[in-house]
Amino acid sequence: MTTSTTTAATTTATWSGQSVNRTEDDRLLRAQGEFGDDTPISRLAHLFFVRSPYAHARIVSIDVSGAETVDGFLGALTPDEVDELTDKFGELQVAPADAEVDRCLASGGKVRFVGEPVVAVAAVSREAARDAAAAVVVEYDELVPLTSADQAVAADAPVIHEGIGHNVLHHGAWDFGDVDFAFQHAQNLIEVDELVCHRFSATPLECSVVTVDYDAGTDVFDIIGGCAMPQFTMLMMAGALRHPSSRIRIQSRDFGGSFGVKIGMYVPATAVALMARKLRRAVRWTETRSEHHQMGGHSNERTFRNVRLAVEDDGTVLGLSYECLDDIGAYSRYEPLGSVIWAQVANACYQLKHLRVDFTSVYTNKGPTHPVRGYSRLQHMWLVERMMDLAAHHLGFDPVTFRLHNYIQPDQYPYTTVNGCVYDSGDLPASLRQALELIDYDDARRLQAAAVGTGKRIGIGIGSTLDSGTNNFGQARLMNPYLPFGGNTEGGLVRMGVDGTVFATTGGVAFGQGHETTTAQVVADALGLRPEDIHVHRGGDSALSAQTGFSGSYASQFAVTGIGAILNATAKLSAEIRLVAGTVLGASPDEIVLEGGFAKVDGDPERMLPFGDVAGIVHFAPGSLPAEVADEVGLVGRAVYRAPFELPDVEHKTGNLTLTYATQIHACVLEIDEETGLVEVLRYAAVDDCGVPINPMIVQGQVFGATAHGLSAALFEHFGYNADGQLLAANFYDYHAATALDMPTIAYGNVVSPSPFTPTGAKGMGEGGGAPLHAVSAAVQDAIGRTGAILNSHASPEAVLDALAGAGADKVRVL
Amino acid sequence: MTDTQHDAPDVHAITVDVDGTTERGVVSSRTLLVHWLRDELDRRGPKIGCDTGNCGACTIQWDGLLVKSCMVLAVQADGTAVTTAAALAHPDGPLNDLQSSFREHHALQCGYCTSGMLMTATDLLESGEEITDHSVRRALKGNICRCTGYQGIVNAVRATAGHDIPLPHGKTPDTHGAGLDGGRS
Repeated sequence: MTTSTTTAATTTATWSGQSVNRTEDDRLLRAQGEFGDDTPISRLAHLFFVRSPYAHARIVSIDVSGAETVDGFLGALTPDEVDELTDKFGELQVAPADAEVDRCLASGGKVRFVGEPVVAVAAVSREAARDAAAAVVVEYDELVPLTSADQAVAADAPVIHEGIGHNVLHHGAWDFGDVDFAFQHAQNLIEVDELVCHRFSATPLECSVVTVDYDAGTDVFDIIGGCAMPQFTMLMMAGALRHPSSRIRIQSRDFGGSFGVKIGMYVPATAVALMARKLRRAVRWTETRSEHHQMGGHSNERTFRNVRLAVEDDGTVLGLSYECLDDIGAYSRYEPLGSVIWAQVANACYQLKHLRVDFTSVYTNKGPTHPVRGYSRLQHMWLVERMMDLAAHHLGFDPVTFRLHNYIQPDQYPYTTVNGCVYDSGDLPASLRQALELIDYDDARRLQAAAVGTGKRIGIGIGSTLDSGTNNFGQARLMNPYLPFGGNTEGGLVRMGVDGTVFATTGGVAFGQGHETTTAQVVADALGLRPEDIHVHRGGDSALSAQTGFSGSYASQFAVTGIGAILNATAKLSAEIRLVAGTVLGASPDEIVLEGGFAKVDGDPERMLPFGDVAGIVHFAPGSLPAEVADEVGLVGRAVYRAPFELPDVEHKTGNLTLTYATQIHACVLEIDEETGLVEVLRYAAVDDCGVPINPMIVQGQVFGATAHGLSAALFEHFGYNADGQLLAANFYDYHAATALDMPTIAYGNVVSPSPFTPTGAKGMGEGGGAPLHAVSAAVQDAIGRTGAILNSHASPEAVLDALAGAGADKVRVL
Repeated sequence: MTDTQHDAPDVHAITVDVDGTTERGVVSSRTLLVHWLRDELDRRGPKIGCDTGNCGACTIQWDGLLVKSCMVLAVQADGTAVTTAAALAHPDGPLNDLQSSFREHHALQCGYCTSGMLMTATDLLESGEEITDHSVRRALKGNICRCTGYQGIVNAVRATAGHDIPLPHGKTPDTHGAGLDGGRS
């Protein structure tokens, strides 16, 4: 079902906007892709990490002599050696928390989470590397593990990083509007003691694979492996390795998922690089599933305390305040950016006037957090959405009416939030109405009434969310005013080869989003070709491609920055083609149109030049061109798309932190078994508004994928730890990623609100902001009613049974 | 363990029909079939996503049985026939019906699970079992996909079985089949 509330900008586009089949699919369907572990390398050595079995322990001794006796053993790397050969990875936070000693192997004589690499060994085969690792003996002296944020901030807590002196990584106070006034004057106040957004991750099916070849002749580290943010990774490795960044090259080909987490690959990659240089041969590390679950990157585990929402009698929400504790695990890595990134969506979907947040990020003895699909925003939005839902339930409003009343309205865009972000476009009421239609809301309510007394309960829930895209890296200064970041760019390169073939290279890397296809669509339109005529390079190359500092695939931005850069680059190439053709055909460049592989004089079909001839003249017969043209034309367009950002106001923590806001409204109908607590999703609808789509099929696929991640996280996935700090879900037996049998059929709908701020009206998409978590929490709440409160984002059967028995109700108060 | 046993090289000569070609190899007892196929024969269909048999990315057909090749030792395959996803379509020919349907219904994103999905779906389609939304989902429950949410995959399998499945959003019958397939199909 499709309803366009706004008409997309009309263009002469032939291919953009169409659901053309993907270029990528042919090789992938034929099993001819090249993923990390597919790349053939001669004389390849394999690396395996000896990892800590303890969450927090002092390393007493390390004995690698056993490994040396294993057939095929090539070498080992120990923490002492790493300390000598490397510097700590760069940190983003301010002193004293920047004193952390994060290296590629456990440092400072300690281990800080279960699974932390302690020793690396290399051998001639995968099996020998494992045998050698198993023969390494590490003696530990156990320390008290900190397995919760509360333990970490307790006054007498052991310190995880002695160099910092405490376990707080970052503390920030955010205050917008006049929260005190709102609470003093509001007619109703909803107060909740504690809500928790649980720890899970995206767990891409391809774990990390890093292959490093060190060329002693050129002193270059050649790194092959899926890397979501290549230039950032290169700089982190250069600093750690004390090696010129010009001599670190990161390439990827096909890439089996990241969803954000592979931004952290620089840590193990540094160990692989050290080993490659030490052994003078190519070394590969292929991460196991358990390793990935232990340190591949977890989502932000966030505890919200003393949450208060001010609501008028007519249902108008005035303000929100809360304290927040982020458990970021043992190392900060990309954190504490999560402590500011939520602010992109400070208002969530609502007209919130007053907001106060007290945010603290803390270290614990758990696996490190990384950006995960919906990074940091989904936790904040889950809280806002949960509070809206609780307020509706407890104040007697219909949850649909309550949301419609408080949503940002279509005529309010561009809408400036409490902290100065500008929501570009959207139509939340239309999206919600469409979602309710898709689940047949009225019928679902009848179903709910009919289920009373049957041992089953039906609940209906709405998840409203935003997918902020193309972020302004200047926001990092809100956390650390000394960071040199501001704005955002992406690069693109489009060139014409010697025979007229058009090649395109994006700065980003793709892990399933179809970049090759969408790039070909827009270049084809701009040059008057067909998508299959455009040769788009797969993967990325930090040394030779079009990358900028912020290049990469994260933050839902390719459709804006990646395509924007490609469009700008194509325009440059187009200008050169028209200059050459105009010169040859005796016309001005402005008179030349590009169509069907020809440069034609507009309105004079007799005068035209095939692209092959344009290329032939430039590449092989430059002498036939006037010098001023021949010197000007390289048939290469390289351009950057620069998002129009200014630096945020660091003092007041305000500013436009991101460019676009795709919106998603999800609705679900689920059934709870009162005896077992099991939840079954009966109906599910996802309505997406990502502006003007370049390839609607790909957009729909991203929406389905994000929905599956969210539903799976809400119902199944949980990176729980026991009191000793052991991860309880180190494989897919214990960490249940939703299967086809677990997933409902998703009804898809869309609304198109073009972004006024982007080159094509597209907004980023693909993260979904956790809408399914909001929708499931709301639906379980709806099924249970007011007798229990859903205060945790993980709707496990145990949690559902507890809520049915009344848990949480005492933590919610109406004042 | 006697010295003789200790010193005996742990190697086994195996002969396996892989995708219709007789392949000979020397493997150790512990070599997993998936590693032999990938590392020695460069078969990129079977992939490793979990190490525990949960994810199904390594799924192959083994003497007519659908198996996860990370759960089988290479020596066990001696004298048998193995089919990987690379054999579903002739390298120089068009995609087969199931592969084409995967493309039309956007049943893959990163493509890492795809070979395993294709093998499992092929087995289901050949089994004679009635193809319904539920039977497809049940058959695929041992194959994890983290990108697509499965909907495109389920639709693709059902469409291959002749079900009238709507095309993905934005696709019209006019563009159905029009595609960027590298000119091979």
